[in-house]
Amino acid sequence: MSERDGFEQRLREARTRQGLDKPSGDGKGSLSTGPWGIGFRAGVEVVSALVVGVVIGLMLDRWLGTKPWLFLLFFVAGAAAGILNVYRLFAPGRGRKI
Amino acid sequence: MAAEGKAIDALSQFELAPFLGALGESVRFSQSNAHMLLAIGLITGLMVWGMRHRAVVPGRLQALAESGYEFVHDMVSAQVGEEGKRYFPFVFSLFMFILFGNLLGMLPYAFTFTSHIAVTFALAALVFVVVTIVALAIHGTHFFSYFFPEGAPKLLAPVIIPIEIISYLSRPLSLSVRLFANMVAGHVMLKVFATFVVLLGGLGVIGPFVAVLPLALNIALVGFELLVAFLQAYVFAILTSIYLHDAVHLH
Repeated sequence: MSERDGFEQRLREARTRQGLDKPSGDGKGSLSTGPWGIGFRAGVEVVSALVVGVVIGLMLDRWLGTKPWLFLLFFVAGAAAGILNVYRLFAPGRGRKI
Repeated sequence: MAAEGKAIDALSQFELAPFLGALGESVRFSQSNAHMLLAIGLITGLMVWGMRHRAVVPGRLQALAESGYEFVHDMVSAQVGEEGKRYFPFVFSLFMFILFGNLLGMLPYAFTFTSHIAVTFALAALVFVVVTIVALAIHGTHFFSYFFPEGAPKLLAPVIIPIEIISYLSRPLSLSVRLFANMVAGHVMLKVFATFVVLLGGLGVIGPFVAVLPLALNIALVGFELLVAFLQAYVFAILTSIYLHDAVHLH
């Protein structure tokens, strides 16, 4: 067991000597690649929530025969959900950066 | 190759074709399926064959297998926590499958199966179903409190609950569209600029000199696409772990 420990220590020292160990801390930054990445992610979040809302609205309309009203309602709800998604993307205090 | 006359044919690279001619046609086995099997074979090969020595000081393949394993393992334990280790095989399989699919697509003549929304949506729907089942299994009916944040006024429930449900249902869509759109956009750009090389190259005396510009851009794009291939697999895996965290802890 001590041999294994010695190996781990020597490995660590060698890695530090070669500069292979990244300085710990904010090693896990944000995933997005610049402003385009952030913009694309926010756009996808909004559009997907909107699509889900519209599809639910249209299906409920066809089922209940309430033609445009539930579609309009769920369009607004989908837009709100999209904004909620984007807010969650950048919300502080959730502790997890995506 | 894609330049017939003056047309830029950037989308035919995504068309499915039967694999092995009539045999593939009869069982509807396309080159996309063949690449999926190839990816699975390569991953299994890397893991089984690369780890065969089980050396303390790893060789090249073992180092690759170990770094992939540890990368996903660290990510899952950091995002989900200690109890998230039981979901590690799921996230690891997803990550390796998407990563190998993206990287295989970078090889000439290969097909990128992650550039099909049917494939990415199937993966995202699998994540969605697994996450929902995990949440229901751990929390039972308490899971539905996820759709109504604590402390919100009861009066707002008819507004908040549909919005939260739509937000929850939009997860598989945004997960799949992100991967699909990134792969399609990258490969279309590569194809368009590759076509420019051919078109400009045939422009007479100055042709080869002008064609160097899109060629240089394409070389840069290949590097960028390798980054995107890795990054999108990482994004898919980390979002899966974040959803699993939400399912295990419910806020």
